Order: sequence, then structure tokens, then C-alpha cells
Amino acid sequence: MARKKKIENKKMVRIYIMGKEYLVPAGLTIMKAIEYAGYRYIRGAGCRAGFCGACATVYRKLGDYKLYANLACQTTVEDGMYLVQLPFVPANKATYDIEKVKPDENAILQYYPEVARCVSCNTCTKACPQGLEVMDYIQAALRGDIKKTAELSFDCIQCGLCAIRCPAEIAHYHVGQLARRIYGKYMMPKAKHLQERIKEIEAGKFDDEIKKLMKMGVKRLKELYNKREIEGEAVESD
Amino acid sequence: MKLPYYPGCTLKKNAKNFEKAAIVAAKHLGIELVELPRWNCCGAVSSLTSDDVMHHVAAIRNLVRVQQMNDDGILDNEYRLVVLCAMCFNVLKRSNILATSNANMLNTINSFMDTEPDYEGTVEVKHFLEILRDDVGFDAIKSKVINPLKGLKVSAYYGCTLLRPREVGIDDPEAPTIMERLIESLGAEPVDNPYKSLCCGSYHTVGSNKEVVARRAYRIIEGARRNGAEAIITSCPLCAFNLDNRQALTEKLYPGFKRMPILYFTQLMALAFGYESEASFDGNFVDPIPLLEEKGLIGMKVQK
Repeated sequence: MARKKKIENKKMVRIYIMGKEYLVPAGLTIMKAIEYAGYRYIRGAGCRAGFCGACATVYRKLGDYKLYANLACQTTVEDGMYLVQLPFVPANKATYDIEKVKPDENAILQYYPEVARCVSCNTCTKACPQGLEVMDYIQAALRGDIKKTAELSFDCIQCGLCAIRCPAEIAHYHVGQLARRIYGKYMMPKAKHLQERIKEIEAGKFDDEIKKLMKMGVKRLKELYNKREIEGEAVESD
Repeated sequence: MKLPYYPGCTLKKNAKNFEKAAIVAAKHLGIELVELPRWNCCGAVSSLTSDDVMHHVAAIRNLVRVQQMNDDGILDNEYRLVVLCAMCFNVLKRSNILATSNANMLNTINSFMDTEPDYEGTVEVKHFLEILRDDVGFDAIKSKVINPLKGLKVSAYYGCTLLRPREVGIDDPEAPTIMERLIESLGAEPVDNPYKSLCCGSYHTVGSNKEVVARRAYRIIEGARRNGAEAIITSCPLCAFNLDNRQALTEKLYPGFKRMPILYFTQLMALAFGYESEASFDGNFVDPIPLLEEKGLIGMKVQK
């Protein structure tokens, strides 16, 4: 193969972006490597810090039959990588009014009946850049266990790679989101202190303080901000 | 006796009463049913296409969990997987037979499931009724009965998945008796039904053919009633739904039809063993309480 030609600069790696060969510095993320090669992101890039889930990417490695999926901003390029960036993941998204959703065992199947098509192949789990047990939460959804679906999908960043890889065409990340919404609204124990604080705010307890702050000069505001008490930090005595 | 146990999706939804009653009944007989960790849907129907490997992955993955429970020390060399739902039992057992009799197919499944340990073909899929017959024994069950179900005439309904195909069935597919023997050991009177293995209509119940199911329910229930049955027991949540919930439609199709309680066999066991509340009769569509009250079987001795 042509790529076996010796790479002269040892700090460079050879990658293939949509089939075209490029030499890029080793150690770059896939996202930066693609930019280094001259491409500009219109879609498929976001926070660049692994949180927003916008930069779903798929690739193969030299001599490896597996198709890998990950976040472009979190994955370092390797020599011989074949890359393509996914600008968008089309996936069926149910429309619902969370106020009207009945939080029972059939709630998820009602909006996403395709969950029942799951063949337990586990491909979704293998595709998840967050390392979630995606198949397990789809299986929990199938048996109406909303709590477990919500818990297992909690760290989902909605990149959509699970949905792109699923042979049953399930949109796992939307299913997880529905479960978390139902769980949060109807099932999760409510935090009492939060309710009390909201009541205080609504009753106007902090209105005067806010008014005071709004009238303050920038200099005084900065001073206050820098001197603020940070929860969990030890109070130092001077 | 500690046995790995596969519940299946329906036992966590529509058939909670089936499971709840089974757990206490098993415990009463000295059996601890240990739910498989990370189990998934069995596949719900067994794929009959010989080269369709994908639809057996779900079943085999569950069997791998049994191996893992042994490897992790949760079980001590126990490879009998207990299933309550007759449908799950059928699907799991058929996949197991396919995989263990076809090395190529097992190899394909194992290499596809590359994040799991290989399935070694060591698991035996058992219906709970088989454990009752072969490991506990009906005489032992009889000796454990706290409240004999005297005067209650019960007909067993087997349907398809407990009996067919023959190599999967737990009893003679033409003339099964395993549930009748259980009914007898609980102190009730078993009543034969010529339609005890007639298909209930199965998944027609979810389409536009609900009437097919309601008519089947009529034949099956009336077949039992003609022999004097007052209630029917089953081991399949789909059969139970079709015989129980569909009676509302049967009533409309057959004027004068009288409803009959449909119970899971484990509910009858829980009642006889003194666990009336765990028998969870509130989960049944046709309320069995009036019948059980009439027979003096409600408000009996309770196990703590």
C-alpha cells in the first residue's frame, strides 16, 4: 500500500480525511487535525471540550476491521486513521408535552415503540464515547424501568452515535432523554430546600439585595465578587 | 437451593403478580431465585429462519450471564437457569438448543459478541414447573402446604410454548399433566380441559384481530367450565392476558358468557403456602377474590 512509504518527519502522522491523504502533527485531536488539513467546520463542532456532543466522528484504524466512533475533540489521531466527521445525526424525535405524559411503564414505548426492536447486539454500547451501558438502558426502557433508564443514561451528551450504529434504528439518546424528563418531573424525590428557596425568592426575600447590586459600580462589584465566600473552600485567616 | 432466574420484560410490567407470587412460593420451598444481573429481552419470539443468527444473540447473551454468575462466585456450579414466563422459556431454550447443536452458529454468535466471554454451551434452560417436579417433588410440595385449597376446581392451561416443539416442551405435548399434579399437591381439584393446549391466539391480541383471541378464549374457558372448572391457571403472561383481559370482548361476542378467573400457577402456590397478599390477586383482570371467598380460601393462615 502507498501509505507504507516511510514517513520522513517522525512527529507527523499520515491520516486520510474522507479518503484523501494528509500529513498532520502527531498528538492533535481529530478535530484539530482536520482543521490543520485545511477544512473548516460549519457543523460538527461545538464546545471542543467533550461536553456538548456536537463532534461525533467515525473512523477506522490501519489493519483493524472495526469501525470506531468517538468525539473528534477528545480523540487523538493515529497513523493510518481513516476519518470522517458527522455534521448531524438524523433521528426520529417524539413530540410530547411533558406535563401531559403519563409516567407509567408504557410511557417510553408509547413515544418510541421501536425500542421493542432491540436485538441486544450491544453495538450502541460499543459506539458510546461516554462509555455508557446504552443497550442496558434501552433494555430497561423496554421493560418500563424509567428510573434505571434515567440513571444509566445520565451522562449522555446526545452525540447520536448510538443511533447511527443501531441495526434496529432506535434513537437511544432521545429515549434516554425522555426517561430522564419523566423521572425528573414525576418520580425523583423533590429537594425540600430547593422548594423553600424558590418560595423565598417568589416572596421577594432577595429583591432588595438585587436592587442594591444593580445600582453598584463595576469596581465595587468586582471587589465583592473577588471577596465572595466560596462553598467548600477553607476560610483562611490573615 | 440457589438458582439463577430470568424474569423477562413482562414480569416487570403486566405480570408483576406472577413474579411476586413465585418468589415467595419458591422461598417457601427453600429455593432462592437470584435474578440475572444485566439481563436483556429474550427476543420475544424465536426466529425460525435457519440462517438468522442475529435474533438469537439476545437469548445467548442471557445465557452468558449465567456463566458469569458462576465465574463471579454468585453461584456455585449452578448452570440451570430458571424461567417463569413460558414464552421466554421457549425462546431461551430454543436458542440454546440451536447454539449447542450448531458449532458454526455458536462461533458466529461468540465472535459477534466480542465484548462478552464466549458462551460455552453449559447452561440448561429450565421452566420453574420442571424444578418443582424434578427437584422439589410434588409430595414435598404437598407437605409444605399450609392452607390446602379444598374444594377449588382448577383447570390447567398449557398453551403452546410450554409444550411445543417436543424437544423444548416440559411434558408430553399431547397429554401434559405437570400442572394438574401441581394443582393436586396444593389440595385443589384438577379439572381436565380438551383445549388445554389450544393456542390462545397469541400476538393477534395486539393487532386488529382481537376477536380471534376473544373467540379462542371462549372455547378454552368453556371447555374447562364444562368439566366443572371454576378457575384456570397458566404460566404464560401472553396467554394470561388473552384469556383474562380479553374476556371483556368475549362477553360482547357471546351473550350470557360468564367471566372466569385466570391465575398464574404461582399465585395458587402462594395462596396455599399462606402468602395471600403476595399472591397479588389485585393484578388480575377478572377478580378471583369472590370465588376464593366463596370457597373459604381468603383470610386463611398467613405466613410471616
